[in-house]
Amino acid sequence: MAGKGHTSVWPGLVALAIATGYLIALLGAEKQNLIIMLLAVGIVAVIAAAWLGLFENVSASFVEHEDALGVCAIGAAGAVAAVFHDNHFVLLLVITVLLYSVATLGLNVQFGYAGVLNFAGASFFGIGAYTSAVLNTYTAVPHLLVLLIGGMLAAFAGSLLLLPVLRTRGHYAAVVTIAFALLFKTFLEVNDVLGGPQGMQVKGMRILGWSFNDNIEIGKISLSFYMNYFVLSLLLLAGAFVLVRRLERSWIGLNLDALRLDETAAGCFGLDIVRWKITAFLIGNFLIGIAGALFGMVGGFVAPNNYTFADSLILVSILLLGGIGNPWGLMVATIIVVVVPEKLQTIQEYRFLLYALMVIAVLLFRPEGLLPRPVRRYFPGWRP
Amino acid sequence: MNALLEAHGLSKHFGGVQALDGLDLTVTANEILGLIGPNGSGKTTFFNVITGIYAADAGRVAFDGTDVTNASARSIYQAGISRTFQRSRLSLPLSIFDNIMIGNHKRLNQGLWFNLAKRGDFKREFERSYADARALVEVFEPGLAGRMFEPVAGLPMIDRRRIEICRALISAPKLLLLDEPSAGMTHDETAELMNDILLVRKRNKDLTLIIVEHEMGVIERITDRCVVLNFGRKIAEGPYRTVAADTQVQEAYLGAA
Repeated sequence: MAGKGHTSVWPGLVALAIATGYLIALLGAEKQNLIIMLLAVGIVAVIAAAWLGLFENVSASFVEHEDALGVCAIGAAGAVAAVFHDNHFVLLLVITVLLYSVATLGLNVQFGYAGVLNFAGASFFGIGAYTSAVLNTYTAVPHLLVLLIGGMLAAFAGSLLLLPVLRTRGHYAAVVTIAFALLFKTFLEVNDVLGGPQGMQVKGMRILGWSFNDNIEIGKISLSFYMNYFVLSLLLLAGAFVLVRRLERSWIGLNLDALRLDETAAGCFGLDIVRWKITAFLIGNFLIGIAGALFGMVGGFVAPNNYTFADSLILVSILLLGGIGNPWGLMVATIIVVVVPEKLQTIQEYRFLLYALMVIAVLLFRPEGLLPRPVRRYFPGWRP
Repeated sequence: MNALLEAHGLSKHFGGVQALDGLDLTVTANEILGLIGPNGSGKTTFFNVITGIYAADAGRVAFDGTDVTNASARSIYQAGISRTFQRSRLSLPLSIFDNIMIGNHKRLNQGLWFNLAKRGDFKREFERSYADARALVEVFEPGLAGRMFEPVAGLPMIDRRRIEICRALISAPKLLLLDEPSAGMTHDETAELMNDILLVRKRNKDLTLIIVEHEMGVIERITDRCVVLNFGRKIAEGPYRTVAADTQVQEAYLGAA
């Protein structure tokens, strides 16, 4: 890429347009035969594009023109929502993709940058969701503030894990988070205040009297109430993306990479290993918690079974699939992991098998993920 | 004579192996000191104890007038000691610029708010640092200066060594510890690298060097003074020609006749 001169914005734009069109077709398809055919076409197209080396152009284009393409991606998400403006099911699916993307961006800061494995992602997501459930039921805290509190509580709960995580390395630190995930589910199940195994209802969001759970009528057009949540989720994702990007493209992002790759050498150049691991872990959990808090309100219901160790594994598999450290790759992987099993009813029961196969295939053939992380550019398009 | 680094009775053992055994060593400001001795004589352990990677069992270390015995790796770096490693320890997936900036840590603003919110200020600091790094790289290899944002993984050994030395030099340390800079390189490459180091030193008169090296040609050419270690003890000290003629030193390397 470097030295080859400017890459134009077109490869990125064309890829984005094709992906959006394909996604709309897939989301709109109802017949199983059609869906299977679409998926087959998609897989073949991706393999062919990889074969022809087209992804390199696309990713170079995204590196060079990220701001412009980011705005286009927001537009693309808006287009998908506009097509399905009255379809509850599809909009819920789209919102799930958006909020899971926020959560995996958080995991990405922890694992992708700082190298701290977190196998309790779904638990921290759950802490956010339960925060919404409790605060919306028992208090009158403004709902946007509830989202922030959800994020902060997830970060706080994560800080309980910090001591054991900082004292252990690699696999051992991962085991600590697995233990937390198992404990968290049990804690929810035996806790009557939180509804025990049955879980509890979450009141929908209401901002300044605007209820998010009412359908919207504009003239003759009727929009699903999920449109409210869609807009807010999209804003949240855009904010999280900018935050994570700025983090990566700063000295802090460099510090996190340095300590992940060689803690001893990083220490010899003055890095405060503990400070940066804590920073990454807390920022990551904060993002996961906010996403969870909003997701709780979207779903209207929380239960221990939604936040299991298996769900945490799905989040980690998204990270492996998309390309560790590449926010664009994560969003693509989230779309695949969330949408495909929902559309392919026939494989619903086997979806864990599908995840496992996808992760194995990616690790075998594309170990750095679908869209590997490019070398850090502090300012896209910047030239000496 | 102004002592920059002073070690007194420095000891370190690993199980039954006495890697450093009551070592006394003084480094004068602005000199180039060669640290030589057979394999396992404690040279790298000395570097690791000085830079806070290992804690000493006994003894004291003073740097620039302050006691730094068993100080953390971080505070040693802050005090002005930088090093390279025997086996290259660059972060391979990162770019040349990123690797050099790791060494620039103490001169970069590490505040969360500065890094995330004040992108204009950050950009100015980034551009300044880029100019510094590029100027330093140009001394070693002008060809690399145009490739600052390429990953280090694709570079040959000599370029990796150059970048490792740039990483150690970018923060303008008072003392630079070079651990076998010739490892993995040809004779000519080593000679070239040494010339570049001397060039940097010419510009920055305050730089003091300790160099661990097995290539005696290098030691003879660039050092002002040598210290010879064997079994963690100092067995000789003086200009290279004097210590090379020392019978104890010859025995240590070749075995007793």
